[in-house]
Amino acid sequence: MAIRVFLLLPVFLSSAIVSFSLYEDQAGLADWHQRYIGKVKHAVFHTQKTGRKRVIVSTEENVVASLDLRHGEIFWRHVLGTKDAIDGVGIALGKYVITLSSEGSTLRAWNLPDGQMVWETALHSAHHSKSLLSVPINLKVDKDYPITVFGGGYLHAVSALDGEVLWEKDFTAEGFEVQRVLQPLGSTVIYVLGFVNLSEAVVYQIDSKSGEVLAQKSMAFPGGFSGEISSVSSDKVVVLDSTKSILVTIGFLDGDISFQKTPISDLVEDSGNAEILSPLLSNMLAVKVNKRTVFVKVGGEGKLEVVDSLSDETAMSDSLAVADDQEAFASVHHEGSKIHLMVKLVNELDNVLLRETIEMDQHRGRVHKVFMNNYIRTDRSNGFRALIVMEDHSLLLLQQGAIVWSREEGLASVTDVTTAELPVEKDGVSVAKVEHTLFEWLKGHVLKLKGSLLLASPEDVVAIQELRVKSSGKNKLTRDHNGFRKLILALTRGGKLFALHTGDGRIVWSMLLKSQACERPNGISLYQWQVPHHHAMDKNPSVLVVGRCGSDSSAPGVLSFVDVYTGKEITSSDIGHSVVQVLPLPFTDSTEQRLHLIADTVGHVHLYPKTSEALSIFQREFQNIYWYTVEADDGIIRGHVMKSSCSGETADEYCFTTRELWTVVFPSESEKIISTLTRKSNEVVHTQAKVNTDQDLLYKYVSKNLLFVATVSPKGAGEIGSVTPEESSLVVYLIDTITGRILHRLSHQGCQGPVHAVFSENWVVYHYFNLRAHKYEVTVVEIYDQSRAENKNVWKLILGKHNLTAPITSYSRPEVFTKSQSYFFAQSVKTIAVTSTAKGITSKQLLIGTIGDQILALDKRFVDPRRTLNPSQAEKEEGIIPLTDSLPIIPQSYVTHSHRVEGLRGIVTAPSKLESTTHVFAYGVDLFYTRLAPSKTYDSLTDDFSYALLLITIVVLVAAIYITWALSEKKELSEKWR
Amino acid sequence: MAQIIRSSPVLAFIGLQICFIFFASTLTCTSGSEDSYTITGRVKIPPSNVIGHTAKFSNVKVILNGGDKITFLRPDGYFTFHKVPAGTHLIEVSAMGYFFSPVRVDVSARHRGKVQATLTETRRSLTEMVLEPLKEEQYYEIREPFNVMNIVKSPMGLMVGFMVVVVFLMPKLMENIDPEEMKQAQEEMRRQGVPSLTSLLPSAGASR
Repeated sequence: MAIRVFLLLPVFLSSAIVSFSLYEDQAGLADWHQRYIGKVKHAVFHTQKTGRKRVIVSTEENVVASLDLRHGEIFWRHVLGTKDAIDGVGIALGKYVITLSSEGSTLRAWNLPDGQMVWETALHSAHHSKSLLSVPINLKVDKDYPITVFGGGYLHAVSALDGEVLWEKDFTAEGFEVQRVLQPLGSTVIYVLGFVNLSEAVVYQIDSKSGEVLAQKSMAFPGGFSGEISSVSSDKVVVLDSTKSILVTIGFLDGDISFQKTPISDLVEDSGNAEILSPLLSNMLAVKVNKRTVFVKVGGEGKLEVVDSLSDETAMSDSLAVADDQEAFASVHHEGSKIHLMVKLVNELDNVLLRETIEMDQHRGRVHKVFMNNYIRTDRSNGFRALIVMEDHSLLLLQQGAIVWSREEGLASVTDVTTAELPVEKDGVSVAKVEHTLFEWLKGHVLKLKGSLLLASPEDVVAIQELRVKSSGKNKLTRDHNGFRKLILALTRGGKLFALHTGDGRIVWSMLLKSQACERPNGISLYQWQVPHHHAMDKNPSVLVVGRCGSDSSAPGVLSFVDVYTGKEITSSDIGHSVVQVLPLPFTDSTEQRLHLIADTVGHVHLYPKTSEALSIFQREFQNIYWYTVEADDGIIRGHVMKSSCSGETADEYCFTTRELWTVVFPSESEKIISTLTRKSNEVVHTQAKVNTDQDLLYKYVSKNLLFVATVSPKGAGEIGSVTPEESSLVVYLIDTITGRILHRLSHQGCQGPVHAVFSENWVVYHYFNLRAHKYEVTVVEIYDQSRAENKNVWKLILGKHNLTAPITSYSRPEVFTKSQSYFFAQSVKTIAVTSTAKGITSKQLLIGTIGDQILALDKRFVDPRRTLNPSQAEKEEGIIPLTDSLPIIPQSYVTHSHRVEGLRGIVTAPSKLESTTHVFAYGVDLFYTRLAPSKTYDSLTDDFSYALLLITIVVLVAAIYITWALSEKKELSEKWR
Repeated sequence: MAQIIRSSPVLAFIGLQICFIFFASTLTCTSGSEDSYTITGRVKIPPSNVIGHTAKFSNVKVILNGGDKITFLRPDGYFTFHKVPAGTHLIEVSAMGYFFSPVRVDVSARHRGKVQATLTETRRSLTEMVLEPLKEEQYYEIREPFNVMNIVKSPMGLMVGFMVVVVFLMPKLMENIDPEEMKQAQEEMRRQGVPSLTSLLPSAGASR
């Protein structure tokens, strides 16, 4: 039966060009959108007595945002460009948010209430340097105090009103590095402190009105500085010497430089190397020595004395002026599952203004940053709130001993995504009653009917929305028949694994990656480890999380096996070797654990799981395991094969050596690899052949061992605009990864990258820039198998004279031919994906993540090389679209409809159980999920289906039958009487 | 483009001529050092008649060279890219609800960063760098207003319609048949034992 349905499908599918489209009241039914900002770097509070209380933050994802301090919602935010990292934020004139970005070369002002950009100023910059922003705090709005900015070797004074550069001063002298720019409160003199070659301290005094140098003093320091610096007051800084064992207080009162050396060993006994911590405390500094945080008070004459010491796991805020010229700071430390927040006065550390203990989720890790803000309580005492950034990048606001709100900002930096099934509904667990009575059921459907007939009032529409969400039962934590409810597992850069429910995007569980070898492993990738569906049904499915201790690729790896249902870590191991590549093998053991090979930097591969059963399976397939590596910098692609067990020092039977089988070397003077891509290993292909209009068969060349490689000439590897059409060309290759044979080569003259490609079944679609037309282009390449072309004759098939059963070998040259076609595309692209369905029958759609952070669904039929200008009648019937020079952008086919997935980085698709439907998950700074039916839901009734209309029809029909029956009986009776 | 001009004096002369011709409508003011220039332009969004489509400048991004640089609009709609090298560049505008054509921008190294702009979609060259949307984008399908024909055309409507035809037109047809013939046919049917409508219904059978 199912087969018959599938045979009928093509008829359905070719009937019309179906594009993804949505009615406005359907938005949010199957999709959700979550907005994030990323790990917070800087925070500035804006808590005036009147108006909304907000906090302005800048993050590592280059986001500047204004958050509601009461609920943590985003008032507004802006995602700056990827190269536009934010160096500092401030609030000027009480109404503008000032951001300094791009290494101190771009200064922008944003309107505080609505986030509209007010002005933008490009500042001179000559070389890399520290970038420092200081926004004067003034309460008088009418008077314009200039903002002082140091960046790129120049000191600028910029008017806060319109961004005009009032003056600039060149500090680009050779070897001179500006460390601090200080302006004592109320003074017109700006002190610029810098080091020359880290051995001489120089102080400039600059008039803040004109930018003239009033005085310049310098003094050599024989020991040399290490560059770590902490300013403790407006005329003193403390710096470490080059041995990191002596603290040097540099005083520059009235321009006279004085040094005062204090060895750390005088302060702390048997101390090692010290490290100055970043918090700015007045007349005090925090130093990390011997894994302890030591507070050192700086006396009037630069005398240092230790006043307190805390455990290492302490995070501190900058100090903040509270009433009566006193300064306070907040510190947070851990104790078991609790965190302690303390606010102390800087001058009297014994005077604890606030001591709060808060229960904290273990999976948030340590506190990384603390930002403190004070407010006046009704009894005129000081109240404090603290914004803390945790190790998993989450952002929490603490106030009055409780977490007021929290934001899971780790999800703004997702690195890898996979999906997992939910548990099956157990017997005895009753299904939640959704519709209570027949009356309510009917009422609901009458409402729906009203909605679809456009007779519904606004209240009705709201009721319909609610009803739909409720009735769909989409938020349950069990598997459903259609496979619509799933878990999305997302691994973040902070090393946290999140499980999100596809129904509403809520976090079902989350887990922080742990390791014995290092403090915090970075998350790299996720793999399906165990998916029981035939055997081991009692086991829960699990995923493999691969992490790494440190950012270097040679750093030791960490493996963690996580139970998908519970979110608990089953085991974790520090594997002791590096992780370069993880290869999931197509074999599973008796408990359905998938075999994985992990390649390290020394050229060995390691087999996981480390069981004898896995080893025996692997030994059997030893000769058939191939893989490849891409060395993009050198332009080399290598194919590898297994050689033997590792010998020598570590007799590990799960370790194997490899042998190089082939290499493809691209000439480095003319070609540079910019993109490589293979098919998804779990993709399902339903039809092996394609029927042409002239009843000709084309066999798809469906091989999992095809690699798409794009190269450009080295000159064209830069940005658009940096190269002329004559200088750049783009070449794409299709390479067999078993033999290293180049199956196809296509060259585009006058084109350049970046190349975004998608590879599915037997086709590749890639997007690049055409310099001659100065437009983006999309090219499709389809690859067909020539060797099976003779199998068209039915008689041959019946009589067995076909070569379908002939073994496919990589030793013989495959006879393939390709078809390709190019089109213009009107937008830059960030990423391309393709829909995937359970059996691969449903036609495919390309999901194009555009530069505007939207996702466009484009039917594969628009990128079909068989398109011609005037398709014949037969071709039209087959659904071939007349050729146009550019691909259409239909606004209704944006799957993100009115949302933007800010900072879009990737799109992941996963099949649902229903053949017509696919899950789409897009991640960037934001997250977006939706369900797509590329050929409409031909195998199920849509949500729109009006049961009420069906019911009414049935009732009417039954009534009609009875009426006619009564009539006919009456007539029969009268006839009998006649 | 710039390179061609540099390599050929004849072309350079023509270029110079063109420059003088267009001098009156210079697109941008330029500043900065020898090899970095400034592109200034303006985004103009016409007041929309679609409700909820109010042009919000704060959500508009202007993108240079596919994400190399991103800038935002000032309240008056102006934007500026600083430190742009000479060459041919691409500017895109991303605004929800509008479709903007990408703009090809030639920054001439020879003429102090004179800028020439062309819409790549329509191939129209701009005398002023004022970017206007090509069209508005409606992300949702518009529900068709209630229409009797839609109901009638739906499968269920057709079903009801057919039933109505059968119920009301069939008796009329029957009436048109000659009563003699009718009787004959009925008798024949009775003889063959073909069940009539009454005997089809269970209740009718029970009543008999």
